[in-house]
Amino acid sequence: MAELILRDLAKTYPGASTRATDDVSLDVADGEFMVLLGPSGCGKTTLLRMVAGLELPDAGQIVIGGKDVTYLEPRRRNLSMVFQSYAVFPNKKVADNIGFGLRMRGVPADGVRRKVEWAADLLQLRPYLDRYPSRLSGGQRQRVAVARAIVMDADILLMDEPLSNLDALLRLNFRAELKKLVAELGTTTLYVTHDQVEALSLGDRVAVLRDGVLVQCGPPGAVYDEPADEFVGGFLGSPPMNFLTGTVCTDEGRPRVDFGGQSVPVPAALSSYHGKRLRLGIRPEAIQLGDGGGLRGELQVLEPLGASALLTTDVCGQTIKVQAPATFRAEPGRRLALRLPVDQCRWYDPETSLLLEVR
Amino acid sequence: MRSRSPWLLLLPSLVLMAALFGWPLVQAVLAAFRDEGGFTLAHWQRLLTDPYFLPALRNTVLLIVIVLPVQLALAIGMALLVQARPRFIGGHFYLWCVPLAISELAAGLVWLSVFDNRGYLNSLLVSLGLSENGVQWLSYENTTTMLLTVVIAEIWRATSLVFVIVVAGMQVIPRDYDEAAQVFGASLGQRLRHVTLPLLMPSLQVALILRTILALQAFAVAQALTGRDFPLLVGETYEWYVNLRNPAVSSAVALVVLALSLGTALLYLRTVRQPEGAR
Ligand SMILES: Nc1ncnc2c1ncn2[C@@H]1O[C@H](COP(=O)(O)OP(=O)(O)OP(=O)(O)O)[C@@H](O)[C@H]1O
Ligand SMILES: [Mg+2]
Repeated sequence: MAELILRDLAKTYPGASTRATDDVSLDVADGEFMVLLGPSGCGKTTLLRMVAGLELPDAGQIVIGGKDVTYLEPRRRNLSMVFQSYAVFPNKKVADNIGFGLRMRGVPADGVRRKVEWAADLLQLRPYLDRYPSRLSGGQRQRVAVARAIVMDADILLMDEPLSNLDALLRLNFRAELKKLVAELGTTTLYVTHDQVEALSLGDRVAVLRDGVLVQCGPPGAVYDEPADEFVGGFLGSPPMNFLTGTVCTDEGRPRVDFGGQSVPVPAALSSYHGKRLRLGIRPEAIQLGDGGGLRGELQVLEPLGASALLTTDVCGQTIKVQAPATFRAEPGRRLALRLPVDQCRWYDPETSLLLEVR
Repeated sequence: MRSRSPWLLLLPSLVLMAALFGWPLVQAVLAAFRDEGGFTLAHWQRLLTDPYFLPALRNTVLLIVIVLPVQLALAIGMALLVQARPRFIGGHFYLWCVPLAISELAAGLVWLSVFDNRGYLNSLLVSLGLSENGVQWLSYENTTTMLLTVVIAEIWRATSLVFVIVVAGMQVIPRDYDEAAQVFGASLGQRLRHVTLPLLMPSLQVALILRTILALQAFAVAQALTGRDFPLLVGETYEWYVNLRNPAVSSAVALVVLALSLGTALLYLRTVRQPEGAR
């Protein structure tokens, strides 16, 4: 167990025109569960591979437990990894796969067997220990990869989308299992996913990457509540955050943002934007349906989603998605009153897309 | 009712195979076991009492036993080097494949110019003052050096075939396996033993079978270097057929080669492979 520090990691693959990771700095505390979240191709795997030592950064530093390991061989870093492609050895039976790392370390056969059985029980692989991976399903192979990683008692546990191939139900169960397991192990974990629900549910902290740049890092609640820029707000949450563009004006001495006939109040801190454009961000579930007050939107589509209903409304030509109670019923075309609680509104600069401080 | 069309489609190749391989094989078997009076083992007796046969058998087996492991190790080493993507990788690859393009006889002649009494090697030894008159590498009295020269020539000539097969085999193994092994603490040797070699088994099997069969047929190199002083089995078939004008004994030698080829191929198929169920 150890802390992991990444400093200004930059990597450009040979022949590529853009950086795969662009000066990424990240501190993962001892025992912390850090989730790397980002869309496909944003450099998550690249970052993980540099930590593992399978890829060397062009610049920057990797420190594990106070020791600079930037250019150290992978096997000397004392970490274990779940590969995105599983990389479960096809020529070894499941039991030998799980015990591989321990065997390489020279752990006696008896100790290896006990650990393997422990992991197999945990991941429900007991019946398959004697099989070759070619006779397993994709999800089972993925579990073998996870088992192989957790038996290691490594300083750092790296996981690259370890749940991506499980069906929805299994994934839900395993998410909880994994959370419990890693908490028990207490291993410092760097976990890669492009699934925002997974990120929010698992991480002590979530680091959001876009195009190789670390955009925001913080506890899941904070990242969800106050996205540092519009990309994060749009990437986290399903449906994503709503964004509306308006112009700041003054009404009876108070600043308001006008969307073209309709307006909402703006915090006084933003009065410097007078006459300029401003972006309002609000989560669909933060919007309250009421009678009167706030914005008037025309209902366009109603999608029942089981636990809730998703409304697509039109406000002055801009689209706002609203999460309504499952029992909500209305015909398209109806005008709805949308109340936007002031404390749920986030403000963004239209030029930079960055969150504006209002407190 | 089963359709007859598959057989119809196979017919042309079956006919061709029967005419070009099947019939000569039958003829060879007949020739080896028959004379005017019908079935006989006389040709075999003649062969076994021939002073060249047992040395030829011994030399052929020796050649295979020495050359094959060396070639395999060299080829795997070279393939690993190429896998590491050194600079000028294309150049290395082509350079190592040059011997593939050279005919067996030409290769023998190249090495003859090296090992000949007045060849390059002896000139070098003499000019360096290491030897007064050079070494008689190819003297008929010196079986060991003859074996050595043939071994060197064969390794030079035919390692590239194994190399090409091994490289092709390595390239289809996803890199992740080796990377996983690295992360989980395996040293270079452990990675070879636990990951690379087992995954390479199918290619090694092909390489071994091909190389053994080709080595059993080795002929021109030894012929060019040593004539009949260092007899090999296939050289003997040629000798009996052409110089001694005895197709029957020649066929018998050919059958011995056939039996050895079949035997080793079966051995490889059973031993050099991935465990049941791993594929
Ligand atoms: N070996 C490579 N050579 C060249 N470019 C690469 C290589 N591996 C990745 N890239 C590029 O680097 C960028 C980051 O890739 P990376 O695999 O880190 O993405 P990722 O975030 O893991 O995506 P995903 O969620 O799809 O796995 C991508 O644009 C990709 O095309
Ligand atoms: Mg990836």
